[in-house]
Amino acid sequence: MNTEIYLAIILVFMIILALVAIHAKDLLSAVIAQGAIGYGLVLCFLLLKAPDLAIVQIVAETITLIIMVAVLHDSTWVERRLPMCRRDMVNYTMALLLGVVLLYYFIDAISVLQPFGEHTLRMSEVYAYKAIELTGATNFVKGVLWDFRALDTMGEAAVLFTTAIGVLAILRLKGKKN
Amino acid sequence: MTLYILCFILFLVGLYGLLISRNIIKIVISLTIVEISIFLLLIMVGYISDGIAPVVFDAQILENQAVVDPLPQTMVLTAIVIALATNSMILTMAIRLYKKYGTFDVHEISKLKG
Amino acid sequence: MSVIVRKVAQLLSAMIFVFGMYVVIHGHIMPGGGFSGGVLLASAFILLILAQGKDYFQLKQQRKITSFYESLSVLLILLLGAGGLFAGSLFLFNNYLPKGQPGELLSAGNIPIYSILIGIKVAATLFTIFLALTIYKEEVSK
Repeated sequence: MNTEIYLAIILVFMIILALVAIHAKDLLSAVIAQGAIGYGLVLCFLLLKAPDLAIVQIVAETITLIIMVAVLHDSTWVERRLPMCRRDMVNYTMALLLGVVLLYYFIDAISVLQPFGEHTLRMSEVYAYKAIELTGATNFVKGVLWDFRALDTMGEAAVLFTTAIGVLAILRLKGKKN
Repeated sequence: MTLYILCFILFLVGLYGLLISRNIIKIVISLTIVEISIFLLLIMVGYISDGIAPVVFDAQILENQAVVDPLPQTMVLTAIVIALATNSMILTMAIRLYKKYGTFDVHEISKLKG
Repeated sequence: MSVIVRKVAQLLSAMIFVFGMYVVIHGHIMPGGGFSGGVLLASAFILLILAQGKDYFQLKQQRKITSFYESLSVLLILLLGAGGLFAGSLFLFNNYLPKGQPGELLSAGNIPIYSILIGIKVAATLFTIFLALTIYKEEVSK
């Protein structure tokens, strides 16, 4: 019961910070607010008994902040406010409509789930209870990651590889001939 | 149930930012907010009230003790790293756009037409 | 940056590097593993560049080295997975090395090796992205 209250408080703070990040005039403060949301997520992971994810999220959030500030460093920090045009009105209407449609599907999806904290293990019963004898790893997350579902992780490595190649290609200033 | 709805509100806030903002940096931030809400929802679905974290040194403990579901944790673990990579990709595109057009504003970029 | 910042950054980056290696190696028995350890290893180098300035490393040469390691680690993961085809009949899902005692450092068959390789991969990718950004900024300001 305590966990739910703590999680609700952190989530309300995260929602407020998200609104601050979207409506901030200064881009740097928007970036900092986004960092605060990420660190709130770390607290949530710790409360939800996921230490692996907490470690990954705290380092990944820090690196994202460093890269974002590096991008902003040489450019304008203040967002220019322009008068509303017709395209903006279309965007606001689209946001409202999409929200209503997604609310319908969310209510549909949430009715199937069990209430918070009463999850039953179905498929992952083997992953949780047989992991020590089948893989020998005492960290079950790593057992699933590299034994039961290794192909997913392989695809993730491929995505990282593609990203690095893409960044190198985008940031090249001179062609090879010059 | 309240927590799932709060997660969904966070998702809607991110979607709102994604649709109304004109600045590329703001768009990246909104995308990150949407990602964060989905990670949190997935982990909440797999939580068990009196379960322990899925790191156990002795198989004896497991006989009368529930464990938090390790499967959503694994999926989210890969998703976080992919989100980091895609974010940095979008940001590099943003600096190339800034060098060419001198602004982060999407509307102005589409007006200028290189 | 001043001399104090530079010296402290040097000392700290060595400690972060060692801690990252610890997190990578102990991934299968403790929270941690390749992803988080890889990001930590990358952040050790990024801290050095941020503190010392861009003249401390030879950036272009460094970028070639990180690209090489990135490709090499993916190749090694695929080769190690293909070893499963010879040991049994499954690609990548076959944990064919000896399992050992659970909870020991040398246990769990293939999992620690995969963990170390993915740690190198993540570290190399993130450092490559950061180096590409630094080189780009330097070339633009010229």
